[in-house]
Amino acid sequence: MSEQTDYPLIFERSQPGRRGVSLPASDVPRKRVADLLPPQALREKPPALPEVSEVDVVRHYTGLSRRNHGVDNGFYPLGSCTMKYNPKINEDMAGLPGFAGLHPYTPEELSQGALKLMYELEQYLSEIAGMARTTLQPAAGAHGELTGMLIVKAYHRHKGQDRRQVIVPDSAHGTNPASAAMCGFDVVTVKSDATGGVDLEELRRLVGPETAALMLTNPSTLGLFEKNIAEIARIVHDAGGLLYYDGANANAICGVSRPGDMGFDIVHFNLHKTFSTPHGGGGPGAGSVGVTAELVPFLPRPLVAFDGNRYGLDYSGPLSIGRVRTFYANFGVLVKAYTYIRMLGPDGLLRMSKDAVLNANYVMNGLRPYYHIPYPGPCQHEFVASAVRQKKHGVRALDVAKRLLDFGIHPPTIYFPLIVEEALMIEPTETESKETLDRFISVMAEIAREAEQEPDKVQNAPYTTPVGRLDETRAARHPDLAWRPKRKEEDG
Amino acid sequence: MLRALGIESVDELFTNIPASLRVQGSLRLPPGLSEIEAERLIGSLATRNASSDRYVSFLGAGAYDHFIPAAVHHITGRAEFYTSYTPYQPEVSQGNLQSFYEYQSMICTLTGMDVTNASMYDVGSAAAEACLMARDLTRRQVIVVSETVHPEVRQVINTYMTAPGVEVVAVPQVDGVTDLDRLQDALQRYDVAGVVVQHPNFFGCLEPVDEIGTMIHSHGALFIASVDPISLGILRPPGEYGADIAVGDGQALGMSLSFGGPYLGFLAAREALLRRMPGRIVGATVDGQGRRGFVLTLQAREQHIRRERATSNICSNHALNALTAAVYLSLMGPEGLREVADLCLQKSHYARELIVNIPGFEGSFWSPFFKEFAIHTPVPATEVVRYCAQFGVLAGVPLGRFVPGMDDHLLVAVTEKRTREDIERLANLLGEVRAHV
Repeated sequence: MSEQTDYPLIFERSQPGRRGVSLPASDVPRKRVADLLPPQALREKPPALPEVSEVDVVRHYTGLSRRNHGVDNGFYPLGSCTMKYNPKINEDMAGLPGFAGLHPYTPEELSQGALKLMYELEQYLSEIAGMARTTLQPAAGAHGELTGMLIVKAYHRHKGQDRRQVIVPDSAHGTNPASAAMCGFDVVTVKSDATGGVDLEELRRLVGPETAALMLTNPSTLGLFEKNIAEIARIVHDAGGLLYYDGANANAICGVSRPGDMGFDIVHFNLHKTFSTPHGGGGPGAGSVGVTAELVPFLPRPLVAFDGNRYGLDYSGPLSIGRVRTFYANFGVLVKAYTYIRMLGPDGLLRMSKDAVLNANYVMNGLRPYYHIPYPGPCQHEFVASAVRQKKHGVRALDVAKRLLDFGIHPPTIYFPLIVEEALMIEPTETESKETLDRFISVMAEIAREAEQEPDKVQNAPYTTPVGRLDETRAARHPDLAWRPKRKEEDG
Repeated sequence: MLRALGIESVDELFTNIPASLRVQGSLRLPPGLSEIEAERLIGSLATRNASSDRYVSFLGAGAYDHFIPAAVHHITGRAEFYTSYTPYQPEVSQGNLQSFYEYQSMICTLTGMDVTNASMYDVGSAAAEACLMARDLTRRQVIVVSETVHPEVRQVINTYMTAPGVEVVAVPQVDGVTDLDRLQDALQRYDVAGVVVQHPNFFGCLEPVDEIGTMIHSHGALFIASVDPISLGILRPPGEYGADIAVGDGQALGMSLSFGGPYLGFLAAREALLRRMPGRIVGATVDGQGRRGFVLTLQAREQHIRRERATSNICSNHALNALTAAVYLSLMGPEGLREVADLCLQKSHYARELIVNIPGFEGSFWSPFFKEFAIHTPVPATEVVRYCAQFGVLAGVPLGRFVPGMDDHLLVAVTEKRTREDIERLANLLGEVRAHV
C-alpha cells in the first residue's frame, strides 16, 4: 500500500501525549483508585486509542466526509431506500435541548412534551397505515419485521396454534425471510407471476393450517401495486394466517391507499425512508409497527397513554410480546418524523406520494429507449430497469452503476430484486426537480451509448472517485477488520 | 412531465389501485404547517421537559449525562455523513466506511476483544443477538441471565428468546451482585448455551467477573459480558477476564440522551465467533491501483445474501452513532477516557459518602461500584425524586419501577459533569426530605 496516496487512519495521525479535550481537575477530595476498587478490577494497559488534537480530529473527519456521497451532495435514486431530501428543520427540532437533553427515566410529569409528541405521532402513523395502534419501539425496518413476526407468533400461540410457516414472495427483501427465521418460523417462498405480482395459484396451493403469515411489500420491490391484494388477503385470512405489510415502499401510497384497507393486519413503516428522518449512513432509523384492534394486546409495552389530562407510559398488557429494545424508541428519529408529518399535513403527504410516482414514471419513460424495462408499468414510486441489452456488449448492471459515479450520481440499487436479470432498481423520490431527472436520463443514455461503442470505458469506471473498484474478494479472504498497534518487537 | 407520459393527470398513474382501496377524502391528520409554525409548536413541546440543560441530573440506569465535546456534533452534523445511505457503493462511501473501520478498531481495543461489527441498535438487541450466537455455536437451548443485568435488557432477551423457544433462566443477586452459588446451580442444572452478566451491573456494582468466567467456561457455556464503555477507561476489559462476547451501550460515547434513543449497541467477540456475528462488518482492502480502501465484507452472513439462513435479520444499524463514538473516542484518547472514568469514580464515591451519612439514608449494597450506586431512602424513592425536582435536581432513578420490593431504593449516577456544588446540593435536599414528605 502506498503511504502517499492512502488517506491516513486516525490512528496513523496519533502523536504520543496529544489530546483533543481538556477536562477539569476533580473538585472533590481525591482518593486513590486502589482504595476504591479492588486491584484485579483495574485495567493495566490503556486502550490503544489515537492521541490527537481537536483540530486533527476535525480535519480528519471533515476530510472523510468529503469522501462520502449523501443526498445533500447530489441525486441518489437508490431503489427501495427512498433517498429523499431531508428538511433541515427536522435536525434542528431533534436537537432542541428540551428533547436532546431529556433522560428516559425523567419522571413522567416532567416529560409531558416528549410523551405528547410520541402519543400524537402514534396516532398519525396509525391513521396513515389504517391500523388501530402503533408501537414506536423498533429501531429499524428489519426490527419492525421482527416485532411483527413476534406478534404473529404470540397471536397464534394465544389461539392454541403452533403455525410454523411464513410465506414470502421471491421478490421480497432479504430481511423478510431472515426476520421470520429469527422467530423460529420456516420460510416458504411464493413465486411472482408474469406481471410481477404474487402468483395466486401458487399461493392457494401453499397456504394451509401451517400458514402463520404472508409478508408482502406493496408496492412490490418491482415498483408495482399488487392489484390482487384483496384476493391475497382473503386467501391468507381464510387459511387462518395474518398479512404483514413491509413498508419499505410506503412512499408511493401515503394518503392514496392504506394498508389496513387493503387487508393487512400488521404494518411497519421505515420512518427514515417515508418520513424523511435521514438514513445517517445506514442508521439510526425507526420502524414503527401498526396493528389491527385484534392484535393490540400483543404489541410491545410500554405504549403512551393519555387520560385527557396527562400523558403516561402504560406497561399493562399480559399478552404483550414484551420489549424489543431498551427505553421507548429512537426518540430523536421520532421528533424528525413528527416534524415532517406536521409540516406536510394530509395534503402534503398525498402530494408527496403523487410526485414520487410521477417522477418515477417520468424517468422510466425517459429510459425506455436505452434500457430494457421488464415490467411495462405504470409503476409506483420506483421501477426496475435491466442492463440485459448492455450485457451483450459485456457491460453489466454493476458497470453502469460504477460509471454513474463519474457523473456525481449515486447509482440505483443493483441486482435486486433477484428475479430480474441485471436489475437496476430506480427510485427518484418526489424531491427531485425535472432538471435533475432529465440530467439523469441523459447520463444514463450516454452510458448506454458508451456501453455499445466503448464498453471498456464503462467496464473500468469509475475514474473520478477517491478510490477505484475495491478488491472485495481480498477483503473477505483476508479479513482486516481493525487497526492494531504494532508490537514493539516488530518496530525493532 | 404529464405530457411526456401522455396523461392528463397524475391520478392516471394510480389506476392499478382498485377504487375500493383508495382513501376517500383525505387522511385525518392536522393540516400542514409552515416552518415558523412548526418550530413554534414543537419548540413548545420541548420546553415541557425537565432536560439536563435546566436540571441537575443524577439519572443513570443505562443512559448518562456525560460531557459531549462540541466537535462531536459539528462532525456528525455534516450532511455528507448523515444524508447518506448504507455504503453499498464503496467508491463514494469511503468516508463512512473508513469511519466504521476506525470505530471497529476502537471498540476492539476498548473491550480487548478480537472482532466487532459496525454497530447494533442498542445494548438490548446486542445482548439478545449475542445469546442467539451462543445458542447457534453450542446448539444448547438455555440462556442464563443474572438479575443484576439491566431489567430492560433482560426483557429484550426474553422477547427475542421466547419465539424460537430458547429458555431463559434468571440468577438472583446477593448484596447487589450475581449470586455465585445460584449461578453454579443453574449451570449444573441446565444445558446452558450462554450466561449474560453486566459489569458494572445495573446497580452500579462490580461483578466478580473472574470467578464468573471460570465457572461459565467449566460448563462449556459462553460468557457474555455487558459493559459500560466509559468504565473501560479504568476497568479491566472483558477480553482480559475471559468474556467470549462483549456487548454494551455506547450512548455515553458522545450521544445525547434524547429520551432513550437513538443510542449505540456494540457487540464484540473472540475471533472464532467472527462468522456467526450479526450485522455489517467493514474490512480494509485495496483498489486496482493498490490504494487502501474499505468495503462491507463477510456479507455471506447477512440477510440480503443468505435470507432465512442469515446470522441475523439486521440491515439498517446505528451507523451515525458509530461515527459519533469514533469521533468521541478520538477526541478523548486513552488519557481523556481515563480521566472521565476517574472523575466519575471520584465524584460518585464522594456523593455516596455524603448521602449515607444523612440520617435515614444508607447504602443499599456494600459491593465496590464505579459511577452509580443504590441508596436506601427513608421514604419511597419516588417521593424523594418529586421533592428534589421542585428544586431543579433530578435525584436518581427509583428502583421500585424495576425491582419488586425496592420501592425505598434510589439509583444515583454521578458523571464527570456534576460539580461538588451539585453533589452537595443533592445531599442537602435529601437531608430535608423527611421533614417535607
